[in-house]
Amino acid sequence: MPEIPATSRRGLLFGTAAVSAGALLTACTSNEPKKTETAGNNVPAADDKPGKAVTIGFAGPQADHGWLNAINENAKSRAKKYSEVTLEITEGSNDTAAQIGQVQTLINKKVDVLVILPADGKALTQVGLQAMKAGIPVINLDRIFASPQAYRCWIGGDNYGMGLNAGNYIGEQLKDKPNAKVIELAGLDNLELTKQRTQGFDDALKNYPNIKKVARQAADFTVESGQAKMAQLLQAQSQFDALWNHDDDQGVGALRAIAQAGRKDFLMVGGAGAKSAMDAIKADNSVLKATVLYPPTMAASAIDLARALGQAKGVAGMSELEIPASITLYSAVVTKDNVAQYLPTGFS
Amino acid sequence: MTQPASPAKHDAPIPAAKPAPDKGSWQRPLGLRPDVRNLSLLGVLAVLIAVGGITKPDEFLATSNLQLVLTQASIIGVVTVGMTFVITSGGIDLSVGAIVALASVWATTLATQEYGFAGILFTAVIVGLGCGLVNGLLIAYGGMVPFIATLAMLASARGLALQITDGKTQMVTVNSVLDLGIKDAYILGIPPLVLVFAAVTVVGWLLLNRTTFGRRTVAVGGNAEAARLAGIDVRRQRLYLYLLSGLCCGIAAFMLIVLAGSGQNTNGNLYELDAIAAAIIGGTLLSGGRGTIVGSVLGVLVFTTITNIFALNNLESAVQQIAKGAIIVAAVLVQHRTLRGGEA
Repeated sequence: MPEIPATSRRGLLFGTAAVSAGALLTACTSNEPKKTETAGNNVPAADDKPGKAVTIGFAGPQADHGWLNAINENAKSRAKKYSEVTLEITEGSNDTAAQIGQVQTLINKKVDVLVILPADGKALTQVGLQAMKAGIPVINLDRIFASPQAYRCWIGGDNYGMGLNAGNYIGEQLKDKPNAKVIELAGLDNLELTKQRTQGFDDALKNYPNIKKVARQAADFTVESGQAKMAQLLQAQSQFDALWNHDDDQGVGALRAIAQAGRKDFLMVGGAGAKSAMDAIKADNSVLKATVLYPPTMAASAIDLARALGQAKGVAGMSELEIPASITLYSAVVTKDNVAQYLPTGFS
Repeated sequence: MTQPASPAKHDAPIPAAKPAPDKGSWQRPLGLRPDVRNLSLLGVLAVLIAVGGITKPDEFLATSNLQLVLTQASIIGVVTVGMTFVITSGGIDLSVGAIVALASVWATTLATQEYGFAGILFTAVIVGLGCGLVNGLLIAYGGMVPFIATLAMLASARGLALQITDGKTQMVTVNSVLDLGIKDAYILGIPPLVLVFAAVTVVGWLLLNRTTFGRRTVAVGGNAEAARLAGIDVRRQRLYLYLLSGLCCGIAAFMLIVLAGSGQNTNGNLYELDAIAAAIIGGTLLSGGRGTIVGSVLGVLVFTTITNIFALNNLESAVQQIAKGAIIVAAVLVQHRTLRGGEA
């Protein structure tokens, strides 16, 4: 769960988002959703031949959530694929001070490259700068540092795009319905990424003047909060046509509340791409009809980039001699039609 | 009764210290003398209901909404009943949320689910009791301060829950458990979870107000040394109290499994604060010696009703938190006013 680059960078990123995502998708189509294991994406971005030995330090937040757990698994299984890569993983922590200490430990160990998924991007900026100054290049994963000087390369998801794609999908489904009503079950409101998802969703709905967002409540990314907040929303809104839920983990609870209330009169779109959500989309026996991805495979790609950086290579399939400065993943909409393709990337 | 010289001592300090206000209620034939604090809480609740009824007349007063409010109050309500006993005895249990999490994930592992409904219920209750036992032994016989012992339990139970789940959501596939949360299972329009909450409340009230166990709890909280001199086995009493709190957490964990259809290591997040807040608002003294189950339940209902009204009116979460804090302060201020007026 990322933070999009500071506004000044955002324009640049979105300007190039289509280009970079497009380039990535076409140049390395084999790269995105691939069958195999939980790691999903198993074909490395950089070339596969063993090069010189690289030690990659990895510091992430506590994996107390399905998506973050998938991030760790993706990073570990990808690092195992390279015989010359050693992965030094620190204990995950949601405490800023603790995570700063962990990164400093990795700097002192003189790892070759650092991959950092900060619990709070802005708060970890200083330690990112420290690492860069110490000559250790940093791959900033997902939640972005406040300064571009603090990382060599940023790779992460597109929260705004998640909302945008969810909104446009819902808009297309409801475009012929006059006075359509949608509601939003957001994630943790004290995370910037939640605001970005909502902003994207609202912007997409502006394309469809017949649709009005009538309610929004924030949950905590947990099943329990998803159930509780959804039960309230269902009580408050006796009739609506579509629901966007920011996160598939809390979606488990939301679907439970919907079943408990016996409601079927709307369509639901999830977010992130959990396996349980994809299974439900495939089975097509609930209100859940789609989910917008926020792929945890970005962790595997971050290891690829870190390795390429450590071996001073570019990325296979791209003409550049160096790895890119930033990569934004695409938030594809998974529906019944394409779920088979994406199911292997679903995390539990 | 090993202290023959104690009558004067235990007569004086026990009732005269903190339990004094309750002494009267024991002597009444039915003991149903309305407590001024509870009356003021009822007043707060009435104001909230009026606000709900005025702002969202159609939605708020609907049967389905009352069912929802009571269901949402049930789980934290059961935890709060256990917490009320612990606080009344002068203790605190910071581990309730973590115990709920651990019990819920342990009870939803695949191995446990193989045994169906009984297996899940049994595991949840046993894990709750087990954690309560550890808390109780550390505090009563290990001489640890309750704050520290239960803080340690909070950390380790959450850690264990995370380790068991590996951060993943454990889906429940046992239909007999899932069905308990569905409308078809309602008995005379009352959700089964609400009935469990009601039963725990009644048992809790009887236990605190009508039994030796309850009197001992109050005595230990009022003045532990005096209680010991009066012949109460204070350590055993404390052990029982943390066991009771653990049991309530186990029951709550099962209820949460029914409601959420899954076990997750994030379950029961911040229950400790909600339960303590509800008990304190209800009139239970944080320093011990006075506890009221009715007050605690009213405290839980006030919180749940506030949340419900906020959601019905589609308030932003930031505004919700600010307003919740303000209402807690207001409720306690009103209580203190009423109390001073009532006792003067």
